[in-house]
Amino acid sequence: MKLLDEAIEFTSQPGVGAPVWRGHAEDGIELHAFAAAVRRADGRMAAIWGEDRRPHGAGFRLHCVFGLNEGHAWVSLDLPAANPVYPDLADVFSAANRMQRATRDMVGIATAGGDQRPWLRHGAWPADWYPLRHDAGPGEGFPNAPSDYDFVRVGGEGAHEIPVGPIHAGIIEPGHFRFSVIGEKVLRLEQRLGYQHKGVERRFIGMDVAQGARLVGRISGDSTCAYAWAYAVAVESAAGIEVPQRALALRALMLERERIANHLGDLGALGNDAALAFGLTQFMRLKEDWLRMSDRLFGHRFMMDRIVPGGVTTDLDAAALAEMVEQCDTIGRDVKELRAIYDEHPGLQDRFLTTGAIDADLARELSLSGMGARATGMLLDGRAWRQGYEPPAPYKALGVRPITDDRGDVAARVAVRFGEIFESLRLLRALAVGLPTGPVRVDCAPTAGSGLGVVEGWRGEVLVGVELGADGRIARCHPHDPSWQAWPALEHAVMKDIVPDFPLINKSFNLSYTGADL
Amino acid sequence: MIPMLKRIFRTGILTEPLPEGAATPAAELDRLQDEIVRILGRALTIREVDAGSCNGCELEIHALNNPYYNLEGRGIKFVASPRHADMLLVTGPVTKNMENALRIAYDCTPDPKLVVAVGDCGCGCGVAGELSGPNYASCGAIENVVPVDVRVPGCPPTPLALLQGILAAVRR
Repeated sequence: MKLLDEAIEFTSQPGVGAPVWRGHAEDGIELHAFAAAVRRADGRMAAIWGEDRRPHGAGFRLHCVFGLNEGHAWVSLDLPAANPVYPDLADVFSAANRMQRATRDMVGIATAGGDQRPWLRHGAWPADWYPLRHDAGPGEGFPNAPSDYDFVRVGGEGAHEIPVGPIHAGIIEPGHFRFSVIGEKVLRLEQRLGYQHKGVERRFIGMDVAQGARLVGRISGDSTCAYAWAYAVAVESAAGIEVPQRALALRALMLERERIANHLGDLGALGNDAALAFGLTQFMRLKEDWLRMSDRLFGHRFMMDRIVPGGVTTDLDAAALAEMVEQCDTIGRDVKELRAIYDEHPGLQDRFLTTGAIDADLARELSLSGMGARATGMLLDGRAWRQGYEPPAPYKALGVRPITDDRGDVAARVAVRFGEIFESLRLLRALAVGLPTGPVRVDCAPTAGSGLGVVEGWRGEVLVGVELGADGRIARCHPHDPSWQAWPALEHAVMKDIVPDFPLINKSFNLSYTGADL
Repeated sequence: MIPMLKRIFRTGILTEPLPEGAATPAAELDRLQDEIVRILGRALTIREVDAGSCNGCELEIHALNNPYYNLEGRGIKFVASPRHADMLLVTGPVTKNMENALRIAYDCTPDPKLVVAVGDCGCGCGVAGELSGPNYASCGAIENVVPVDVRVPGCPPTPLALLQGILAAVRR
């Protein structure tokens, strides 16, 4: 089949995950034309990664995933071993910029022109050494040389820079922010990330699928369920395995618990960043209650390693489900009370309203997904029906209501979080009542194949692409965090606001460093 | 304001007794606070450094400040600068890109200082430790980069385990 009247021929990926179509571009021109068509149709750049296929007697392969209204288009492009260069897609999708630079750092396939600054490579390995090439060797023993980074400079009278990080003032992940300011006003923010880069993609190579499941659950601890589910979908699709309905429902149950846990924590922290310590204390208490329940239900506070290829490892009995639903009612009442307090607190609203605003046009331009996009009014939620899009099981039977708010500011991101907590509580009750009977796991012993999993995590769209070798082991695995697209949105959101508002704006997005640094 | 006060009143004090050790938690708490005062003459201050974690450990370190564990109420607080800290609470594995920053933070922390390595990745043990050993981009465990006094394994370690680890370091 064809998508968007373009030349590339697509076939539908088998399996029960979110809809994915796979196609192969003949050359870079065809790929670039398809990207432009996606952009015209208000689609998104979802992920980019590279693969070394020289052991198969071929060259390199570039993988691009585009988000369309109907689902995801996964396009590959083969590049010659001698000169692996492809057209720069950043002129169509600015979100491609950092992903392309990371692909060059990791695999050594580059764009013709465009931004050539390194992204993940700081100074720990040489520029002509690529960790994901099969002949790269272990790569240990390189001198860890400090590197300079070519930040964009802002000139003019009174303009100066504030460098922040990599170690930040709170209990948070490392990254570097370079503010250009006049007085208190932020003229520009440029991020330099990659400090969390620990070679995850390289570690995947050669792992069996069970080991891979443990690693993928530790890419971003706050999204362990989303990653584990997306990975499981990819492996199951590659292996042609059908997962029992009860397992799918339990996966959704865990994903919604993860969403609520993170939203509770963020709502507390957002109150705290606006000097309402009461909010932090109250929400941290609710979050602790929530995590303790997850521990009782699944044996782990964050439910790590519970979603695996083939199903889930833990089943819930009727008593456990009843206990869970009871807590949903209590927490729902508490959150409702706290929302009223937040809504009516003048000091808090003064800090939230109009702060860190972005609009839907910008969100589309940056290929933003998830909560941040919905807080600009975009009806984009992989769990919910929309014209032409059918959500994956079990969500298609649940009728998820996507929560939106078109203000685009901190207040909107707070409101969307509140709304999503109530909606997820409703989903948890519906899942508990209608949990299908039957097994929760089937055997998963895959052979060669590939697949892509897409899951709507609490932050946004989590993608995992997997390629399995003939021995059933992982030949390549690329996890993609929604933070890739959202970090540049933060750069825009902070412009024209003042430096002291940055922590609040940053928290309102609460992006992952480790998810995008890998 | 009234709904807030009402809520505070109804919530009450949730702080739980400290784990392990003496028979009565109150005695244990007194002993700990005495020890901190005796050794440091003031509150114990901690600088947390994420040197490359998946942020799972950070979630549990955050939880230490919730009203159940009430770390600050026990005379232990997190500070923004290593220059103000008695203890570095470090999560890992230490990435090559963070190696230098971690060394600088360590050097900036005044002597005598304590270093607590947090999590299986930071301690180089368990399943996660195995998954995150040294490679081209990672130095592996924290002790490969700076000296470590106490290890708190777990993936991630629970808030109780973290509390015990911090107390163990103070008692050394």
